[in-house]
Amino acid sequence: MKNALRVLLILGLALGLAVPVLAVDELSGAGATFPYPLYSKMFDAYASETGVKVNYQGIGSSGGIKELTNKTVDFGGTDAFMSDEKIAETGADIVHIPTCLGAVVLTYNLEGSPELKISQDVLADIFLGKITSWNDDAIAALNPGVSLPDMDIVVVHRSDGSGTTNTFTVFLTKINDEWADTVGKGKTVEWPTGLGAAKNSGVAGMIKQTPGAIGYVELAYATENGMPVALIENSSGNFIKPDLMSTSLSAEGDIPEDTRVYLADTSAAEGYPITTFTWIILYKEQNYDGRTLEEAKALMDLLWWVTHDGQVHCEPLLYAPIPEKAVGSVENLLKSITYDGKPILD
Amino acid sequence: MKERTYYRIARDKIFISTVVLLCAISIVPLLLILYYIAINGISAINWEFLFNLPAPVGEEGGGVSNAIIGTLMLVVIASIMAVPIGILTGIYLSENKDSRFAGMIRSTVEVIMGVPSIILGIIAYAWVVLPMRQFSALAGGVALAIMMLPVIIRSTEETLNLIPNELKEASLALGVPYYRTMIKVILPVGLSGIITGILLGVARIAGETAPLLFTAFGNQFMNLNIFKPVNSLPLMIYYYATSPYEQWHVDAWGASFLLAIFVLGLNFITKLVARR
Amino acid sequence: MTNKKDEKKGSRYERNESIFQWILIVSSIILLLILIGIFVTLPLNSMDSIKEFGLRFVISTDWSPQKELFGALPFIVGTLLTSFIALLFSIPFALSIALFLGEYFTHGIISTILKSAVELLAGIPSIIYGFWGIFVLVPVIRMLQIKLGIAPYGVGIFTSAVILTIMIIPYSASIGREVIQLVPNDYKEAAYSMGATRFEVIRQVILPIARSGVLAGIILSLGRALGETMAVTMLIGNVNKLPDFSVAVPEGFSLFSFNSYVTLFDNILKGFLDGVFSPSNTMASIIANEFTETTTDLQLSSIVEIGLVLFIMTLIINLIGRYIIKKTSVM
Repeated sequence: MKNALRVLLILGLALGLAVPVLAVDELSGAGATFPYPLYSKMFDAYASETGVKVNYQGIGSSGGIKELTNKTVDFGGTDAFMSDEKIAETGADIVHIPTCLGAVVLTYNLEGSPELKISQDVLADIFLGKITSWNDDAIAALNPGVSLPDMDIVVVHRSDGSGTTNTFTVFLTKINDEWADTVGKGKTVEWPTGLGAAKNSGVAGMIKQTPGAIGYVELAYATENGMPVALIENSSGNFIKPDLMSTSLSAEGDIPEDTRVYLADTSAAEGYPITTFTWIILYKEQNYDGRTLEEAKALMDLLWWVTHDGQVHCEPLLYAPIPEKAVGSVENLLKSITYDGKPILD
Repeated sequence: MKERTYYRIARDKIFISTVVLLCAISIVPLLLILYYIAINGISAINWEFLFNLPAPVGEEGGGVSNAIIGTLMLVVIASIMAVPIGILTGIYLSENKDSRFAGMIRSTVEVIMGVPSIILGIIAYAWVVLPMRQFSALAGGVALAIMMLPVIIRSTEETLNLIPNELKEASLALGVPYYRTMIKVILPVGLSGIITGILLGVARIAGETAPLLFTAFGNQFMNLNIFKPVNSLPLMIYYYATSPYEQWHVDAWGASFLLAIFVLGLNFITKLVARR
Repeated sequence: MTNKKDEKKGSRYERNESIFQWILIVSSIILLLILIGIFVTLPLNSMDSIKEFGLRFVISTDWSPQKELFGALPFIVGTLLTSFIALLFSIPFALSIALFLGEYFTHGIISTILKSAVELLAGIPSIIYGFWGIFVLVPVIRMLQIKLGIAPYGVGIFTSAVILTIMIIPYSASIGREVIQLVPNDYKEAAYSMGATRFEVIRQVILPIARSGVLAGIILSLGRALGETMAVTMLIGNVNKLPDFSVAVPEGFSLFSFNSYVTLFDNILKGFLDGVFSPSNTMASIIANEFTETTTDLQLSSIVEIGLVLFIMTLIINLIGRYIIKKTSVM
């Protein structure tokens, strides 16, 4: 008995210690669920092509920022970019690398899945809790041909810190004064009404199971589940359906060198008004906490691939690839990442 | 007078009917849960399910192989830490029934048993994840080990208490040293009880999710390295169940089926072992 | 007369003796260290929010990462509501099982079946309860809500309380059974010999004697309910506000109008139902939701402080329960 225990102990120790030596390359990331469908496809392809396994956990943009700050992951994912003050708080320089463009859509659970038009005011009023019934006059007026049921509107929002929430509330703050005064914008806000669910997948899941529910998710979560999406009024007064084209068009404006910009409420006439970049964030100086040059290089190889070869995976999942005019900035940003002060990529 | 008696007898019969009825109703949720797990779970299980890695979102052919291995890894890591300490502490407690220090330890064990598992997750995050700057199977194992300890200590102590003192005294009288008496004479006699305790501990932790949320963290790939994040069946069920994808719901039922069989099976085995 | 070899062996045995004793003690001390560690780690990591909010933390209803204002009251209320409702619902069932197994059918095949069923209930992992709850319980509750005329969320305090009820029944049932079985036969036989019915024996002999033990079992199952995380997180709706029990005062309310009272009563009922079925959050579920993604140090330390409050609450409940068990020397 004692011998058996001894053997088990040694085996366990050996396993634990030997495996790091045998371990295959692995990178870890955490953060936004907004691009999760895209990343899960990309990283699966990357593993097949290069053998490097990228373990990305969707825990929300806030989580991504926190875990990168704690240095418990190699990179973070967020669709709410960090402000200069927030970066300064971490004590080190952080670089944002955009990976794609995506649309935040309004999806809902109604019988027959009708395609609804929602104006900016109606949208804000629904989420403010002022419009509580699907057959409200305001909604009916916008959708004459649709027979709306006499059902309560169940608003679903994020319960975790989310870049998707940030994008959505940035939009609402811009277009509706009451929202700006009472709720404001952020990765978490105090929602006037509704249920909370974690991650994009949780919100989509809850909407799918709750008749009469409406909520905001990234486009892929709605389309992959056959859920309807609403046409939202943009700044030109047009009701735009969220898709690849209208998403790309929303990036018409200027994009700064560090790519940190809000795209919501675009001025493009045919652009969908609730879109955002999503970024991978990492430390500018990669030599920290005993990181090796090999680890840093593996990370940079991954990021170069994601922003170049990997972009082919965007469109099938209805994410827009990095716009042409931003590619130069992206490459400059990648080349600015250093190890001991020397750029890692050439 | 007779009416009063009839009334009392009627009341008695009504009472026992109510009791039986309530007992029957209590079992209904159990039957429903087992039914759903069986019906939905069995249909989800196939070769791919058991041996493949999870597929990217929306794609077919995904499996839970890394979650199965991860769960086993976590159980082994937790056991390696909890079993020796648990048995030794159990021996100490059973050998020192009256000392005040032993009483203090006993209370400590009871307190630890009542700590919510999510709190142990916070503890393991502070003690293992932060210093290591890394989510890991080890951190998950630490949280689970703390949960396992009280179960093993309790059953070891109870088992040893049942062994008649005469056995120990006889061995000591024959000149066998104390440590040898305990290890070579007493422990083997109580072996089935101790193993029962270990199996119960495993059953308790195998299904735990909360402490793993911020320690083991999860992993789409297979991982055998205890210093890195690892997937597990309960974590997988949590993420899949709250998602909108039908395929993932199916997979979650399959994972629930596996988990339920494992945990309930262990409970069943302990019954058999205890009977010996 | 021992020779040199035996003497050497003797001292080696002695040394091994003390090493062994020493190992036993060290092992036990490790347990103590773990507990002390928990007692230290939790407050240490909530220092920031303790200093910032002090005692206001437990009565404040703010939870705003934007404004950096945090208060635990919504979650404390959510935890207490779900746990106490579950406790209330579970008592009749747990008591029935305890009586069934402890008094009516202590042996035999029926007893074995029920006993196994209760053990199975206790053994099912909570994640599976939550999962099952989402797909089976929630639609049922939703139908109920539609019938009652309140918002058809499906999830909420009531739903979580129902799943908690199922989960905690085994705990109070098994302790109750043990205590009931231990009631001395003499008392029961004395009562029977005076012509008491089974029910009367239970009510006037068994329950009074077993009362403290049953109470202890109930308190312990409360402790279990307070700390339950996964099933509740999946079924509670994740809203960081106090449940809404507000009652609408009917328009044109008149003290003399019968209709006014009817409407008022209706509104009170609706307010109560709205509250009980509200989506909410418990201390355990807010930690599960937000621990990995706090944006500021203050938020993280607030979350840990909630953990501290939860720890203290369950500690007190468990200590009370075990104290009662010790006091009733029936066990």
